[in-house]
Amino acid sequence: MKVPLSWLREHADLPAVTAQEVADKLTAAGLKLESITSHGHDVKNVVVGEVLEIEELTGFKKPIRHCKVEVGEAMPREIVCGATNFAVGDRVPVVLPGGVLPGGFEVGARKTYGRLSEGMICSERELGLGDDHGGIMVLPAGTPIGADVVELLGLRDDVIELEITPDIGYALSVRGVAREAATAFDVAFHDPADVELPAAEEQAWPASIGDPTACDRFVLREVTGFDPAAQSPLWMRVRLTRAGMRPVSLAVDITNYLMLELGQPLHAFDRAKLTGEIVVRRAGQGERLETLDHVTRELDPDDILITDQSGPISMAGTMGGLETEISGESTDIVIEAAHFSATGISRESRRHNLVSEASKRFERGVDRELPLVASWRAVSLLAELGGATVRPGLTHAEVEVEPARIAIPASHPGDVAGVPYSKETVVRRLEQVGCVVTEGDDPAVRRGGVDPTGVVTGGELAAKLAVTGDDMLTVTPPSWRPDLTDPNDLAEEVIRLEGYERLPSVLPKAPAGAGLTEGQRLRRRVGRALAAAGYVEVLAYPFISEGDFDALQLPGDDARRRALRLANPLAEDEPLLRTTLLPGLLKTLVRNTGRGFSDVALFESGPVYRPREGAPDTAPVLGVERRPSDDELASIATALPDQPHRVAVVLAGEFERSGWWGQGRQECWADAVQAARLVAAEAGVELSVIADQHEPWHPGRCAALYVGDTLVGHAGELHPRVAEAYGLPPRTSAMELELSKLEPAMPGPVDAPAVSSYPVATQDVALIVPDFTPVADVEAALRDGAGELLESIRLFDVYAGEQVGEGNKSLAYTLRFRAADRTLTVEETTAARDAAVAMAADRVGAQLRGA
Amino acid sequence: MSDYDPVEVTPLHADEVSRMEADALAAIKTAGDLDALKQARLAHAGDRSPIALANREIGALPPKARAEAGKRVGGARKAINEALAARQAELEAERDARVLVEEAVDVTLPWDRQPRGARHPLTTMQERIADTFVAMGYEVAEGPELEGEWFNFDALNIAKDHPARSDHDTFFVESTESGMVLRTQTSPVQVRALLQRGAPCYVISPGKVFRTDELDATHTPVFHQVEGLAIDVGLTMAHLKGTLDRFAEVMFGEGITTRFRPNYFPFTEPSAEMDLKCFVCRGASAIPGNPPCRTCKSEGWIEWGGCGMVNPRVLIACGVDPSTYSGFAFGMGIERTLMFRHNAEDMRDMVEGDVRFTLPFGLEI
Repeated sequence: MKVPLSWLREHADLPAVTAQEVADKLTAAGLKLESITSHGHDVKNVVVGEVLEIEELTGFKKPIRHCKVEVGEAMPREIVCGATNFAVGDRVPVVLPGGVLPGGFEVGARKTYGRLSEGMICSERELGLGDDHGGIMVLPAGTPIGADVVELLGLRDDVIELEITPDIGYALSVRGVAREAATAFDVAFHDPADVELPAAEEQAWPASIGDPTACDRFVLREVTGFDPAAQSPLWMRVRLTRAGMRPVSLAVDITNYLMLELGQPLHAFDRAKLTGEIVVRRAGQGERLETLDHVTRELDPDDILITDQSGPISMAGTMGGLETEISGESTDIVIEAAHFSATGISRESRRHNLVSEASKRFERGVDRELPLVASWRAVSLLAELGGATVRPGLTHAEVEVEPARIAIPASHPGDVAGVPYSKETVVRRLEQVGCVVTEGDDPAVRRGGVDPTGVVTGGELAAKLAVTGDDMLTVTPPSWRPDLTDPNDLAEEVIRLEGYERLPSVLPKAPAGAGLTEGQRLRRRVGRALAAAGYVEVLAYPFISEGDFDALQLPGDDARRRALRLANPLAEDEPLLRTTLLPGLLKTLVRNTGRGFSDVALFESGPVYRPREGAPDTAPVLGVERRPSDDELASIATALPDQPHRVAVVLAGEFERSGWWGQGRQECWADAVQAARLVAAEAGVELSVIADQHEPWHPGRCAALYVGDTLVGHAGELHPRVAEAYGLPPRTSAMELELSKLEPAMPGPVDAPAVSSYPVATQDVALIVPDFTPVADVEAALRDGAGELLESIRLFDVYAGEQVGEGNKSLAYTLRFRAADRTLTVEETTAARDAAVAMAADRVGAQLRGA
Repeated sequence: MSDYDPVEVTPLHADEVSRMEADALAAIKTAGDLDALKQARLAHAGDRSPIALANREIGALPPKARAEAGKRVGGARKAINEALAARQAELEAERDARVLVEEAVDVTLPWDRQPRGARHPLTTMQERIADTFVAMGYEVAEGPELEGEWFNFDALNIAKDHPARSDHDTFFVESTESGMVLRTQTSPVQVRALLQRGAPCYVISPGKVFRTDELDATHTPVFHQVEGLAIDVGLTMAHLKGTLDRFAEVMFGEGITTRFRPNYFPFTEPSAEMDLKCFVCRGASAIPGNPPCRTCKSEGWIEWGGCGMVNPRVLIACGVDPSTYSGFAFGMGIERTLMFRHNAEDMRDMVEGDVRFTLPFGLEI
């Protein structure tokens, strides 16, 4: 909302303060300053002149005039001018040499078109008054020569632009802002709606309300004999322009001017184009209307329409119809001022993607008492400025509406704020807002239904919201504050007018908390461990496409292809919600390699979205007047997808860098598996690794990761086709596992080991096994066979070659034995080793090498 | 006893012992390195050295002569051994000094064989904020990112026709009637926390949220918020102010407080916009004549988030009796906090995952 300060001062007796000071006070009251635009402060030396002589110069590409202009000095000034819309004897604004026009444009005396020009005759645009650059601004005859134009035309003004929150529609008007400003400065407010209305006995153009849920007040007034050629006065055009609206024609300008001043949108119909009784109703099936913007709109049965006997003539509160629009020939005008359903207009405006100045106001709530006043002021201005005759009649269709009333204890605002306010303060502040406050607990009779913001009021909910106590006040909010429905709404009014800056700062004592949960700590540890190991965290968007599933080589029946689809994705080619973290990571990896970083290790930790088998398509939207039952809450829960927390890594290039020390080490499948072990270690669980074939991994380099019998993820080198599809470096590796599945397996507190001080006994064994035998199985057998004396086992060599026979490999292990209570004998350790080897022989057919 | 050697053995003559000692000491002194000293030791103190042989002869002397000869030879051997030990120490010290110098390296050589990674600053910022409140007794509450409309809107008093509920702002799961959305704020966690825990309830909930904005320098469709909620008997707006002032001081230093301006949110009433006193200029740049401040754009204050007293309608929908309990809620954007706290100028850097952006943030923020 843009408000010229001069307009504001007309309705609030503000002291001599700057626009900034006014804006600061308004901001503190909740009308937030967006910007201040200054007009005309730099303008100087512009005076009224009278054109004495005009000499038309010839020989130039366009008409040029050399004029003598009387400006109240000793001698007339000679001025060259390119406009031709003025005549000898006209009074015009003249900027004299040394003068300055808006924007700091300095004007001097100069030679041009072969003549001296001592200044410039000005257009409206040059004076910063509007967009009219059609010619020189001709002032009314009799304007005193030599008068300061800045003063005369009110060039100097500041426009305060305010951000108006959706609850305070009344502040989308000079009236509303002035009321707030007057309260903030504690000065008198002059209500532009405080107008005495003439008694009207006759009916104007016939009208009725067909749907009481669409409109509860509908007012028509008429004028005849309007002069369609009449111009809007300069002051009106200047104010409209500075408030951000374009002047159009007098009739339209008057409706816009009053909307800005009062907040009541108005519509002007050409009386000659109306047919029979006007009815406000919802649209019928298949109805259409061509609106002012020349778009023919298919109407929805929920749309609120103004209709006459010919059909729809206007989309209520949103945009008028083209057919009945006033034109350059209209002389008889019907002015409509109404109070429409806020939610109705809000829906209509959104449905048709049509946001107008009118719809913005209606959907935020317009003062229901304004239509009678605004329509009267409109016809009065049409008469005053456009030579029209006001027809005496008035059409006033109305639906009875009971005003809201709220009862609160006088202490309630202070109880909410945490600082006491006296009863006098509370009453005074509420009255400044416009409320009628009476003593006592008049049982708050509240209307049922839906308030302008769409909030359901009345009934059971009102009883739950009621605040009781001593010293009750019954408050009737004013007609322009339909947002005030609850006790806390009133509390906010008092607190904000007393000043948020006066709230004390008191730290409450929360009860002792339990700190982070085990799961929360685990997620942090995993992040730290991966970062410490060289991985960089990524927060990728969770939007993916069918193409990702193909690029990942997922089979047609892969569970990960079952993804939720967004109704309104940001990018049409990524409409799905991720079922795996890998696409986002892989694309980020490609972005990094594309930017010249070929050695990249990335991780992401976050949820995936996995629709549940047999889940309903919709989650019910429950009521709000009470806590939903557990069954109702469960009905939402079952529709929502499973959202397990996963962690994944991708890596390419060197994992250990090359340098002056020599060659680095390319990452490989094993790093990906190790990343999984690292994650599992943070959870305190041990992973079992089993060879698997699972997309998108290389079928020969893919590890399935288990905790006990639970599959928790996969790791390894990516399938070459996946690398190709995403443009990844060859042999890119990846790991993805479900942290949510590790959490339940977390073992809890670690049992401290007893540290033996007896010496270690070491035995090496080399085993020959078929080369398809998983090392993990061999090691497990050795461990199980060696028994309790085994302290650790380490594979130090893997060999395949002639010496161990075709199709075999040799695995060399160091076994370390130690007892808690004695030094082991050679016999003991040898027996343990033999038992280990025997177990390996038994389970995987291992043979002792050299045996 | 006549079998004693009648001849007095030459090597045991005093002159002879002195000569042996002098020879030995000279050889030890002139030994230039440890190898030479080893040779000298063999030659002058070894089993077959003259002094050792002389020592063996002592037993053959008549008893009366033994003591004197033993004293003479013993003295010489002691002197030789002492000289050997001293020279040994000397030569070892020389060798060590030489070898350690030879082994010197250039310790300025780089050794970044396995560089460290980093956590995303948006993650660590969420943790830092959460930790501040955990220290005040709050617990970290969580909720799903794909959320029921009821949790995201209705329960928060955001009516069916509120503009935020349109598909211009909110991502809907197909179809728009599914009742499921990507949460547009972390506030639904408030609802879940109250439903699960009841009152009193002090929770902080950082997390990812979604709105249908195109990515540019100051917008991203996927961003992060942190939301706080406190419900208890007798909580007031003064408590809200005290909590946020404390939070601001912990995050930005002593004397950095907050300022409230009236605002509107459906889920709080009264509602406020919360500004942070600029932690760089401490408000000085707003005074005309002072140098400008980049962080607060010379306004002295930085817009940080929204807050207010939880609307009693929200409490009712969550089964908390507003006639007994009241409380406050607040929320702020993590991206925005990162931008002004760390001079991050372009939100796209937080989204794209370029390692150059993330690495300097390390493991904590």
